[in-house]
Amino acid sequence: MTAIIDYGVGNLFSLKCSFLAIGEEVSVTSDADEIRNADRIVLPGVGAFEDAAKKLENSGLGTVIKEQVSLSKPLLGICLGMQLLFEKSYEYGEHDGLGLIPGVIRPLSDIVPQDLKIPHMGWNSLSFGEKKHPLFKYTNENDFVYFVHSYYAAECENYVIASTDYGAYFTASAANGSVLGCQFHPEKSGDVGLNILRAFCEMKEGKIC
Amino acid sequence: MITKRIIPCLDVRDGKVVKGKNFTGLREISSPVEFAKYYSECGADELVFYDITASSDGRKIFTDILRKTAENVFIPMTVGGGIETLYDFETVLNCGADKVSVNSGAIKNPSLIENAAKLYGNQCVVLSADVKRVDGVFRVFAKGGRENTGLEAISWIKKCVTLGAGEVVVNSIDTDGVKGGFDIEMLRAVCESVNVPVIASGGAGKTQDFIHLFKTLPKVDAGLAASVFHFGEIKIKDLKAEMKKNGIETRI
Repeated sequence: MTAIIDYGVGNLFSLKCSFLAIGEEVSVTSDADEIRNADRIVLPGVGAFEDAAKKLENSGLGTVIKEQVSLSKPLLGICLGMQLLFEKSYEYGEHDGLGLIPGVIRPLSDIVPQDLKIPHMGWNSLSFGEKKHPLFKYTNENDFVYFVHSYYAAECENYVIASTDYGAYFTASAANGSVLGCQFHPEKSGDVGLNILRAFCEMKEGKIC
Repeated sequence: MITKRIIPCLDVRDGKVVKGKNFTGLREISSPVEFAKYYSECGADELVFYDITASSDGRKIFTDILRKTAENVFIPMTVGGGIETLYDFETVLNCGADKVSVNSGAIKNPSLIENAAKLYGNQCVVLSADVKRVDGVFRVFAKGGRENTGLEAISWIKKCVTLGAGEVVVNSIDTDGVKGGFDIEMLRAVCESVNVPVIASGGAGKTQDFIHLFKTLPKVDAGLAASVFHFGEIKIKDLKAEMKKNGIETRI
């Protein structure tokens, strides 16, 4: 069973449907025990980093996530949920993240040419570099996924498992052991996205097979 | 690199997809959920649903349709039609919408855009503007294109983007339903004045109209159409193949 963490950030109906569509049992929950009992955890999120980070902290769910990660339970952060996995964000100030993947969140305007629009919104392609991570075992180089974001994960070169090109290359997906993150929305990326979720659901505790 | 988006638009009334010509003479086609599935399989990059129902019964049918679509289709979905309050935003977002488009509701109450953008983020708020030339000036029309608001369109669109609209659908009433191509002049004026994604709507009649649009106005992000897709006059697969052949970034 997959637990989608409900901490009052964004709408989770589509995300829930996407797991059901691949035949995965899913629970949208803010209950610590239910999260502990799940085989894997999804941390969603849209909106502002500071607000989301506070909600995770105040609800105690940030602590539950860290505890579960220490037990090597697979965790997938999506969009803002991915950004929260990093150490810090510079979105409107400086705010601490969960610190589960080394790196920081910076504005796309730092690296994207001025004539391109921000947010980076729409379908863009994935490149994997030399070695493809198991999260992408059903995904091909240059497959398209759907992005909507104005910030990106920086200073995390050793943890990038997919990047995308929008006038500059930046993190599309990152991993640190069983902690995984997608800047794009797999639940809105058609069959390509569903296959990424399928690969995530096939990962076992303690190892990424 | 990011791709140009092709977006079929589904006008829904009483649970069915309809398509008007110049906003009048509505004609029924069929099931929105089936349409959505079909378009997703054909390579549509996004779907737009407009609720053109007036009754509350129709509203309920519409939200059921959204939910059923979200259960079956996994591409971004923009929902509009009769969005007047934050409660309306919440309702359709809870049914699986990713973006919400405002039109008459924002004309009546522009702070709707600001409040929704604060609550859900700019990326969630789409301004849909029905624009028509009146004595050589672009004017914004309300109520499905029936009522001239007197607002000058470019300054209206700029104002909405400043308030927090993260994307603009420009629907030219002058070219809508005519199938003679998109309104390049109007779209150019919009592209030159805002720096958020611009979706061209109104006038697509053949594949070449989309090619011409993206070649002439590289700042246009997406092309939207309804009847030409519904009636199969343009097949999205063929359109995308043609875009690729012409060097336009597209998701295939």
